[in-house]
Amino acid sequence: MAFESLSDRMSSIMRKLRGQSRLTEANMEEMLREIRTALLEADVNFKVVKEFTTRVRDQAIGQEVLKKVSPGQMFVKIVHDEIVALLGADQCELTFVAHRPTLIMMVGLQGSGKTTTAGKLARLMKRKLAKKVLLVAGDVYRPAAIDQLETIAKQLEVDFFSLGTEVSPVEIALKAMKKANEEKYDAVILDTAGRLQIDEKLMQELVDIETAVRPDEELLLMDAMAGQEAVNVAKAFHEKLRITGMIMSKLDGDSRGGAALSIKHLTGIPIKYIGVGEKLEDLEVFYPERMADRILGMGDVVSLVEKVQEEVDEKSMKKAASKMMNGSFDLNDMLAQMEQIRRLGPLGKILKMIPGMPKITDEDQEKANIQLKKTKAIIQSMTPRERKNPEILKNSRKLRIARGSGTEPQDINKLLNQFEQMKKMMKEMPAMAKKYGNK
Amino acid sequence: MGLFKFLKEKMFGKSTTQKDKYVAGLDKSKKNFSDRLKALSGRYSHVDEAYFEEIEEILIEADVGVRLSDEIIDATKKEAMLRKEDRPEQINEILVDKMFVSYASQGEDIQTEIQFAKNSPTVILVVGVNGVGKTTTIAKLAYRYIKQGKKVLLVAGDTFRAGATEQLTIWANRLGCSIVAGKENQDPASVIYDGMNVGKKENVDLIICDTAGRLQNKVNLMNELAKMKKVISKEVEGAPHEVLLIIDATTGQNGVIQAKAFKECTSLTGVIITKMDGTSKGGILLSIRDELGIPVRFIGLGEKMEDLEEFDLDQYLYGLCIGKDEE
Repeated sequence: MAFESLSDRMSSIMRKLRGQSRLTEANMEEMLREIRTALLEADVNFKVVKEFTTRVRDQAIGQEVLKKVSPGQMFVKIVHDEIVALLGADQCELTFVAHRPTLIMMVGLQGSGKTTTAGKLARLMKRKLAKKVLLVAGDVYRPAAIDQLETIAKQLEVDFFSLGTEVSPVEIALKAMKKANEEKYDAVILDTAGRLQIDEKLMQELVDIETAVRPDEELLLMDAMAGQEAVNVAKAFHEKLRITGMIMSKLDGDSRGGAALSIKHLTGIPIKYIGVGEKLEDLEVFYPERMADRILGMGDVVSLVEKVQEEVDEKSMKKAASKMMNGSFDLNDMLAQMEQIRRLGPLGKILKMIPGMPKITDEDQEKANIQLKKTKAIIQSMTPRERKNPEILKNSRKLRIARGSGTEPQDINKLLNQFEQMKKMMKEMPAMAKKYGNK
Repeated sequence: MGLFKFLKEKMFGKSTTQKDKYVAGLDKSKKNFSDRLKALSGRYSHVDEAYFEEIEEILIEADVGVRLSDEIIDATKKEAMLRKEDRPEQINEILVDKMFVSYASQGEDIQTEIQFAKNSPTVILVVGVNGVGKTTTIAKLAYRYIKQGKKVLLVAGDTFRAGATEQLTIWANRLGCSIVAGKENQDPASVIYDGMNVGKKENVDLIICDTAGRLQNKVNLMNELAKMKKVISKEVEGAPHEVLLIIDATTGQNGVIQAKAFKECTSLTGVIITKMDGTSKGGILLSIRDELGIPVRFIGLGEKMEDLEEFDLDQYLYGLCIGKDEE
């Protein structure tokens, strides 16, 4: 039961508000309500949602809406832009210190992905930045946590440091830094045990490590599936420690990841990376734009709206629409429609922008493009009369068209079938509109 | 007598000591929630729309979800109108009643304890997304039944995550029970196969199978899980007797989607909610029950092997909403 995307909600409201070109307080409240629900379903914190909807209201009041976009979509755009602004437009990667090893400490709740992410960071530094990296096992509590990190270190061919489970994490950190200094490592990544933010003893342990070795980066791991409480967890870690950034893990799942927004907004901790899979290369730099789309549960509707605005000739769309309604739709119109779609760019790119569309492979995309080209060639090989009256197409004409367009007669039959179906559907539309219409 | 108390006594009638233990375990979880409800009723002399809006906030912040929260509140409002009730404490009690009824009236009967098979080993398959605490929970389940005198076998079906097999092996040693483990990256279904046969040969009472964490939108991994389940049914008649989904209490609205996907793939028999010793309220369990009918069976309250309790709806809601000092 994937949640309805925000843009779906907006368009259903807008159907009710058809004809209004301006956002008013009256029609806005309903939309704000929908935005609120969408954000809450994405696990954005309640208080942040409340504040956010107020901000959007202020932004949107009285804003005149561009002629070609519906107010609903305009509204989505305002929301989207506000989220991007909140998430922070600036990308930030790790900072490295010259002349001594940079120390990165991983902290977070149990099961948030610290050990795996430590491995991913080590890989990134080694492969992409050519750094000499030391992975340090500081989780002395969870059974086999050290084995896990050691296995990862071996896979990456990165050096590994452990003093077993009998030594305190503070001492492990100190000894690791000593080794790193002597052996001129560029970076040290210290894994720590998962802990609850209310576990005073274990939180103090992190403070002690911080005092002893002064990490350059203290990265908080946050699970993308986290709910309302995430923001309190982050706050508590941030108050006790000097958190320099956040990494959101498990974003390859289908959660919306609204916690990212709440945490950034309420603590100011920047999001540095995102984890997008279980493999060690699955770490990506954080992009606010993409995160905003995800939270709103939409494909890149904003870009699509912008593109449609630029490319689509409104008049010819209207003409086609009225032809559809009165049943005089012919192959010429079908061609014109396809031309419009084609102008938007490669089909795959368009489909990606539409919310709820399954991801399509390059192969599918290629097939769709070939099909489009074929259809176009067939229609263009017809005479104007044939295009207007497809029913006159008999075998000899079909053969000629097939030859002219480099296709087979079956392809032409297929196209004609498609056209008939489209036409049939359109004939039914006025009746349906009458039946279900709201006026 | 309030409806809540009535239902409570009718359906449970648990001793006070057990309740105290439970409430103490949930102390941190319920703190915010029940304190806020109480503070709220203190601030209002009679209930109005603003009061209900604040209740909505409290429910949503417990991860109950917008839709279910609104449903519960609507039901509360209706009942309050019917009874012409506007005293805050009374309204709070109706609210808890409604939450109780919403859970209790969904799906099948609430049977939390594992039911053992008569003529074969009982098999539990443990599934869930990454990092929710599957392996630790398995250790807790094993401890629980070893203590009851059952012969338990663990099967390390997570051959993917580095260190997973080692983690379960350490637990098996601590618990003094046997374990079947595979090699790194071995097909987990083949480890499960071995596990079933060792279990039958050694005539154990209970086989608990660990599986690798997997996000529910990974089709290949979900198919792999279905295959593991098939192997179990083939090797042991009537098995798996239980397929338990582990859900982290910190999980937000994605929890329902998780439960749905795992239910479709393995026909879950229940949920175990972990990390309830933290500050998260685990309200998603109400939504999972509401939308899918899957009951919660146990809750995890810490990292030690004895930190597992049978789920008790009454005590959960009671601990969450009312707190022990109002007895």
